Amino acid sequence: MPQVSLTVNGKRHTVEVETRTLLVELLREKLGLTGTHVGCDTSQCGACVVHVDGTSVKSCTFLAVQADGASVTTIEGLAAADGTLHPMQAAFREHHALQCGFCTPGMVMSAIDLVNSHKERMSEAEIRHGLEGNLCRCTGYHNIVKAVAAAQEVMHGRAQAAE
Amino acid sequence: MYAFAYQKPATVAEAVKLLSADPEAKALAGGMTYIPVLKQRLARPSAVVDLSGLGLAGIGVSGGVVTIGAMTTHAAVAASAEVRRAIPALAALAGGIGDNEVRHRGTIGGSLANDDPTADYPAAVLALGATLRTDRRTIAADGYFQGMFTTALEPGEIITAVAFPVPEKAGYAKFPNPASRYAMVGVFVARGPQGVRVAVTGAGQGGVFRHTAMEKALEKSWSADALAGVATPAEGLNADLHGSAEYRAHLVGVMARRALAAAG
Amino acid sequence: MTKFGLAQPVRRVEDPRLLKGAGRYTDDIVLPGMLHGVVVRSPHAAARITAIDTAAAVAVAGVVAVFTGADLAAAGVDPLYSAVPMTNRDGSAGANPPHPALAQGFVRHVGDPVAFVVAETLAAARDGAEAVAVSYQQMPAITDPARAMDEGAAQVWADAPHNLAFDWEVGDRAATEALFARAHHVTRLTVINNRVVASSIETRGAVAAYDAAAGRWTLWANTQGGWLVKESLAAAFRTEQASFRIVTPDVGGAFGMKIFPYPEHVCLAFAARAVGRPVKWLAERAESFLSDTHGRDNVTLGELAVDGDGRFLALRTRNIANMGAYLSTYAPFIPTFAGTIVLASVYGFRSVYANVLGVFTHTVPVDAYRGAGRPESNYLVERLVDQAARDLGIDRVELRRRNMVAPSAMPWQTPVGGRYDSGEFVRVLDAAAAKMDWSAFRARRALSARHGLRRGIGLAYYLEATGGSNSERAEIVFAEDGFVDVYVGTQSSGQGHETAYVQLTADRLGIPGEQIRIHQGDTDRIPVGGGTGGARSLYSEGQAILLTARSVIDKGRQAASEALEAAAADIVFEAGRFTIAGTDRGIDILSLAATQRARRARGEEATLLDAAEVAAIDAHTYPNGCHMAEVEVDPETGVVQLLRYIVVDDVGRAINPLIVRGQVQGGVAQGFGQAVREQAVYDPDSGQLLSGSFMDYALPRADDLPDIEVELLEIPCTTNPLGVKGAGEAGAVGSPPAVMNAILDALAEAGVADLDMPATPEKVWKAIAAAEATSL
Repeated sequence: MPQVSLTVNGKRHTVEVETRTLLVELLREKLGLTGTHVGCDTSQCGACVVHVDGTSVKSCTFLAVQADGASVTTIEGLAAADGTLHPMQAAFREHHALQCGFCTPGMVMSAIDLVNSHKERMSEAEIRHGLEGNLCRCTGYHNIVKAVAAAQEVMHGRAQAAE
Repeated sequence: MYAFAYQKPATVAEAVKLLSADPEAKALAGGMTYIPVLKQRLARPSAVVDLSGLGLAGIGVSGGVVTIGAMTTHAAVAASAEVRRAIPALAALAGGIGDNEVRHRGTIGGSLANDDPTADYPAAVLALGATLRTDRRTIAADGYFQGMFTTALEPGEIITAVAFPVPEKAGYAKFPNPASRYAMVGVFVARGPQGVRVAVTGAGQGGVFRHTAMEKALEKSWSADALAGVATPAEGLNADLHGSAEYRAHLVGVMARRALAAAG
Repeated sequence: MTKFGLAQPVRRVEDPRLLKGAGRYTDDIVLPGMLHGVVVRSPHAAARITAIDTAAAVAVAGVVAVFTGADLAAAGVDPLYSAVPMTNRDGSAGANPPHPALAQGFVRHVGDPVAFVVAETLAAARDGAEAVAVSYQQMPAITDPARAMDEGAAQVWADAPHNLAFDWEVGDRAATEALFARAHHVTRLTVINNRVVASSIETRGAVAAYDAAAGRWTLWANTQGGWLVKESLAAAFRTEQASFRIVTPDVGGAFGMKIFPYPEHVCLAFAARAVGRPVKWLAERAESFLSDTHGRDNVTLGELAVDGDGRFLALRTRNIANMGAYLSTYAPFIPTFAGTIVLASVYGFRSVYANVLGVFTHTVPVDAYRGAGRPESNYLVERLVDQAARDLGIDRVELRRRNMVAPSAMPWQTPVGGRYDSGEFVRVLDAAAAKMDWSAFRARRALSARHGLRRGIGLAYYLEATGGSNSERAEIVFAEDGFVDVYVGTQSSGQGHETAYVQLTADRLGIPGEQIRIHQGDTDRIPVGGGTGGARSLYSEGQAILLTARSVIDKGRQAASEALEAAAADIVFEAGRFTIAGTDRGIDILSLAATQRARRARGEEATLLDAAEVAAIDAHTYPNGCHMAEVEVDPETGVVQLLRYIVVDDVGRAINPLIVRGQVQGGVAQGFGQAVREQAVYDPDSGQLLSGSFMDYALPRADDLPDIEVELLEIPCTTNPLGVKGAGEAGAVGSPPAVMNAILDALAEAGVADLDMPATPEKVWKAIAAAEATSL
């Protein structure tokens, strides 16, 4: 079996995988990082979104062997060591942007990349369009959009984080 | 997924050799279509040859031609200042494929090699009269698309880049499938060195096709009014639970007008 | 303490865990030696199984066992049955066919389980499943409920002629007929309530383990309350309920669909016992479409009788409700008892008569989906009212206002068994119209028209009747570590119960919210529970918590009287402290509990404060409100864009307005999905499900929706001490008719008078084209 060496949330790992192993399977089953979820088999729902080398990708549509040498960030890698939430996580809590929490990790990871790639303030419509790759069945998206709108202010230094 | 061998060659020659030596081996570009196919066990390749190490990503503009490396992602094309300046319709098309995460991985070469009948890029390639460069030759757009999921590529042949002549005017309009957001109908209109060309994706049973009646009308007058009398026959168009062939035929007309408006 | 105060938008207790990826869902459970199961499903809608050959599958590397229906039957495992046997209008018994966990000779829908393969890895189980050879003799299939009773239609069950599951009625037929006979006008409408798929983002799944020494199973499963699953599994395995422990971890959305026992639960329990190792199964999304209970799927004729003053006299309905191939647990209940109770809605009908025909088809079983029967009835009534307004030339808002039951008439007894305790319908309606700026719509329509777009505005006034178990339990335990543990019988799948219950407990016992922990979902630790469904949780569990808290305080008063050496009658409890009345001598509840616990530990006499109570839930509640939608239709493409959506809701008192609004917004999005995007489509000839993935089943995305503005008018419920009415389903009840009424308003000028859900682009485009053709 091939070996894959990668950095996940700042920690180096070398793991043996089958070539048909998906990145999400490596994260969940080999590394026990179960915060990344699987919600469909057609790359539509976005529950599995993680960052690979700083860019959001669907880890269910990504072979583990393709991540060899890459740096991966998952939902578990966002909060500070002392437990302080990332501004996006904090905004999700403040604005009640999650209900069942299952789509949340992917939604948060997508939203962070979206904000990182838009230094200028996004409109509500741009945020909605930017989240088209993530399905949520609980919230109707209303509060997710509010949370991302608030988080972009904090992430780009225009406002303080929610408590 | 079935088990397969995984190869990641470092040169195009090596990749071609691997793919040519084993007819059951399959090339992997961005994987946005192929990995789901593998997951659903709809394909059983002996080996997957990953093309990401071949250095095929990049965008260049010179002599009135935009050249995009085969492994360039949709996100890179959409964000490219050069593409946005030279062929804004192409950048807009790339920015409308899938979603952010798909655009971060999906590539122009992968899309064209796969030739999904509901993909966006084939419309741009055909309407702009682009040329596909492979490891062994160049292929004109008109000879490349040969029906859905069928292209002029030979076994083991790898697309290395796509060269788009810069048009005077170009526009693209897509009617997305409400669920998958693939093109139910996408129309790309262009006027350039090769005259007026109109390509339709999503609608045809045989994949992307040129709409010659619209081309003739637009040659006479580059305006939405010119399209008023141009019919699109429903025969040969796709029908599914999202739209009948008649509806798609109607949408071809609507999207053509909107593409024209976008082209200016 | 105000941080957890009642009526405050308290940030959720659940969130830090879920936001850090530390939620624990079913698929996160890994047990030592655990195997993986894969279900072999029927590719045909209707077929006789002529042979099953499992030899090749058993030979696949890693496959441990392959089970078929024959194995279950040989072991004496019984099928599942509906929990609601029906009685027909003529007094005869309705059909109640068996639902085997694995097919017994026949398959009746695409996706019907045929075999269960257990292997060391998921990949090996899939390889094994592919190697199971099943020979089918295909038979004709029927999928359309409207055609199911036709002469010559394919039969799903030999002993259910004409595919009739039941023929049920409610209401006074003679009185209704009499009112129709003297009506000034009758509005008639047949509506299709389209079949939808719940589509929780977490799919169904479970892990089963069997302890051979104890003869007991543990099943970890994403349910809406494990007690029903426990009961059903015990019945299927012909054993006592104590043989099963059901543990429900975090649940990633449910919407009614995860209430039920499913064939896979039986397969897992059977396999775990047979192979002596734990087994996990998790549905792939494609399997969810083929095996989760679907929702709605009604074809209903509605007739509304109106007098010369525009007052509603009577309502008559004939509803054909698709049950699917098998009767799921509560399936017959949904269109009958659950649905018809709200048929009178907020209007003063003198009589209502409803006839419901449940029919079998070769489709996935249908059961409760968010609202469960109430959305279907509300949709019919609100479409009828709009149609009547058009027929009579009376303004839509005015016609509703004219017919609404007045607050002074409360409690209001309806002709179909409802007893509304409270409601100020006209006030809510007027508030909504003001918020929407309804009267200035004409100018907005003109603006859209300038861009070639047709703008429409629509409203629906909904009334929902919550439901579910008639009792609920709570237990409050003062734990060793100083925390207060509250054990509840409901089950959250995202509704924020932990937070609301902390708020209630903190309020009643004066304990800081940070020191309260809510526990749910373990049938061993919590002996009884009604689970969550029918928007019942807050008013049911809330009453149980109040009752238990009262018991805690009573015990505390006794303990405090001993500790403070005063008469129990002189002890008062306030803000978390027991004090001797008129003095400042007292002790706080946590210290008192700790002292008593310590005494007990030393073997001394002590009065522990721990308590458990079961509250009787005597009355259900009637949340209601007004939804308004504004849409733009592109006549060239038929695309409907929702521009604005507002809700003014009376869900009674809001314990946590943040959570209430979130519930309503989510429900509205689901209702919008049903109205405009979602449909489970079966090929009428092959019986194949055509919309079997998110590539074809259009779940609403962020950019399909605008803000959903929710205003709460808190009109307290009078039948429970909290004054709450329930908000879990309300959004999904009001939104389909509001959206469709707006679309029909937009299309009215184009001559379109009727349109069924979902208003997909092609359907809208065709309706416009057909209307234009007629007008030529």
